[in-house]
Amino acid sequence: MSAATKPASTEAALTMSGAEVVLRALKDNGVEVIFGYPGGAVLPIYDAIFQQNAIRHILVRHEQAAVHAAEGYARSTGKVGCVLVTSGPGATNAVTGLVDALLDSIPIVCLTGQVPTHLIGNDAFQEADTTGITRPATKHNYLVKKSEDLARVMHEAFYVAKSGRPGPVVVDLPKDILINKAPYSEAPKTEHRSYRPQTEPDAEQIRKAIALLKGAKKPIVYAGGGVINAGPEASRLLTDFVHMTGFPCTNTLMGLGAFSSDDKQFVGMLGMHGTYEANLAMHDCDVMLNIGARFDDRVTGRLNAFSPGSKKIHADIDPSSINKNVPVEVPIVGDAGRVLAALIEAWKADGQAQDKAALTAWWRQIDGWRGIDCLRYRQEGKIIKPQHAVKRLYEITRELGRETFISTEVGQHQMWAAQYFGFQKPNRWMTSGGLGTMGYGLPAAMGVQIAHPDALCIDIAGEASILMNIQEMGTLAQYRLPVKVFILNNEYMGMVRQWQELLHGGRYSESYSSALPDFVKLAESFHAKGIRVTDPADLDAGIREMIAYPGPVIADIAVAKDENCFPMIPSGAAHNEMILGPEQEGGVAGVTDEGKVLV
Amino acid sequence: MSEFANAPRAATIAVLVENEPGILARVVGLFSGRGYNIDSLTVAPVDETGRISRITIVTSGTEMVIEQIKAQLDRLVPVHKVSDLTLEGPHLTRELALIKVVGKGELRMEALRLADAFRARVVDATVESFVFEMTGNADKIDAFCALMRPIGLVEVSRTGAVAIARGPRGIN
Repeated sequence: MSAATKPASTEAALTMSGAEVVLRALKDNGVEVIFGYPGGAVLPIYDAIFQQNAIRHILVRHEQAAVHAAEGYARSTGKVGCVLVTSGPGATNAVTGLVDALLDSIPIVCLTGQVPTHLIGNDAFQEADTTGITRPATKHNYLVKKSEDLARVMHEAFYVAKSGRPGPVVVDLPKDILINKAPYSEAPKTEHRSYRPQTEPDAEQIRKAIALLKGAKKPIVYAGGGVINAGPEASRLLTDFVHMTGFPCTNTLMGLGAFSSDDKQFVGMLGMHGTYEANLAMHDCDVMLNIGARFDDRVTGRLNAFSPGSKKIHADIDPSSINKNVPVEVPIVGDAGRVLAALIEAWKADGQAQDKAALTAWWRQIDGWRGIDCLRYRQEGKIIKPQHAVKRLYEITRELGRETFISTEVGQHQMWAAQYFGFQKPNRWMTSGGLGTMGYGLPAAMGVQIAHPDALCIDIAGEASILMNIQEMGTLAQYRLPVKVFILNNEYMGMVRQWQELLHGGRYSESYSSALPDFVKLAESFHAKGIRVTDPADLDAGIREMIAYPGPVIADIAVAKDENCFPMIPSGAAHNEMILGPEQEGGVAGVTDEGKVLV
Repeated sequence: MSEFANAPRAATIAVLVENEPGILARVVGLFSGRGYNIDSLTVAPVDETGRISRITIVTSGTEMVIEQIKAQLDRLVPVHKVSDLTLEGPHLTRELALIKVVGKGELRMEALRLADAFRARVVDATVESFVFEMTGNADKIDAFCALMRPIGLVEVSRTGAVAIARGPRGIN
């Protein structure tokens, strides 16, 4: 493209087709990789891709996987993930991925093909009302109906995807717009007309927050995915702040890695399957500092019993997250990193002394809860405990010292991964938190591996979830991506089975994984390595073999079929009503119908 | 902030938006998707270039819900400004209605007398019908319609409320 070397004057740019403008805009927005699947409406873009080398296209096997792969790419790099799919079914297949990215605030730009403008509304072949369908599935979407809007919309899509609270943006591209000549212009230097999210916190709110925090006797820092989204610097600032204050810190599922699991001030993940100490500290605290989390129902438990005695400070880049579920005393709108920097500065400048004696007493109380050792389990006999499999996987990867990224599917294995795999750095943990999308982990790991070719990328999976996007084994083979799929195979949709056991009288309706494939043969048929481990004595060797193999691997780990995921806050219960283990399962009997209606 | 009133209140919210395709669907979809009420909604371009439209939404909910509605509206990408007229001070609300009344004889005369009392204008007349035009707040139009019902009201068309703050201050 000669236009790439010339100043982007309209005259020079009119030599470009719409498809070339799209690619140029991608390049100018720093895109190096795009995950996609071709089809009639996007053929002009594929033709343009063929004729350039700046952007690498990764051919997935299903459009949902393209979005999850872009999510993995985005979450592990901090960049915008990019997707290209065709019209109609290409776009509708992508919808699950888009909603996943919306709920987990992942920046994605998804380009969808569309029938030519003169056929829109005609029920043309592979036509769908993509902007209509994806309106509630995206942060924003566009239908480009005029060639002169194309370049502006492309730039705006990237701006919207990554600014403020990140999210997915769809750009619907009719085929004639891609074929016709279109002018190119670079991204405008001026501010967006209407979308200008506030990133800098209000000084007065910071002052109020510090006054509360300095006077706290039983404080807690509750940090979420917003800290990860704010970049690695925000995690460093969070660590500084927690060390400076001496406060305990808990992370949400999305926030794991924002604060190191090794740190003695880390009390573990909180929420439905969080640690006893994190949840009780949340319940009993007197001042709560929420940074970049959204008081999700998995975290709060029963709202009217959520941390009843505390004053709450909530810092979020999205004002609509504040006072949505939980009313707070000090709302702070801003980027997590900017808020933390302001808190650190204000903390240092503030003359008020901390109540050190109270803090010491608070830690003593927390250490008492820690003493319960809520994540204990017993590995004995000839059956592998799923917790043990994850724990050994973690210990062996640490011992090897390789840069390791973990993705998961959704269910019990996901919670065990969150509980037993420790994260010391941000951006190393990819999981579908908000939407809970089974089938997320394999394509996400694929996207991570593309971004980090030399890293160890492991999808901790369940045997049911993995089948939801198993076709991506083909993508792994094609691009020689050495992703490791670590299946905790209990032959059940484990979390469904657990709820049926605890809440539905043990009637295991449709939750048994019948007619499973032979995962070893399945791996081999996709040109990967298959390993099956059934004996605890072989577990370590199996894990080491999986990691050592230079290509993709499916490790099928047969684990205890009836193991439940604990601790657990039953639906509709409060943090201090959590169940620690099987011996307390009777506690679930007390779940009211009101609790049962909650998911 | 911690003590929100639980009693629902009505809110008249003015929203300035970029006048682009799909913006109304975005706003309406937000309300239906999140389970908020819309009592009335009006929209029309309001600036000289036609690029900015003003949407006036009358809704109701607890204070926490109204705060959510405003925050959710404000984070829509094409939204320039969200203003809670109910909260921000005295404001005027007006609605326009066209009201068709059919009848003969004394009822017809009564309809005209009432229309006069309510300052409704006759904008169409036949020997057996009138169309009245009236503006006012929703209560006034409700009251007029209630009086017209027994004397031959057959059809009502209403715009929904438009509103503006009193005094010199503009929404921007």
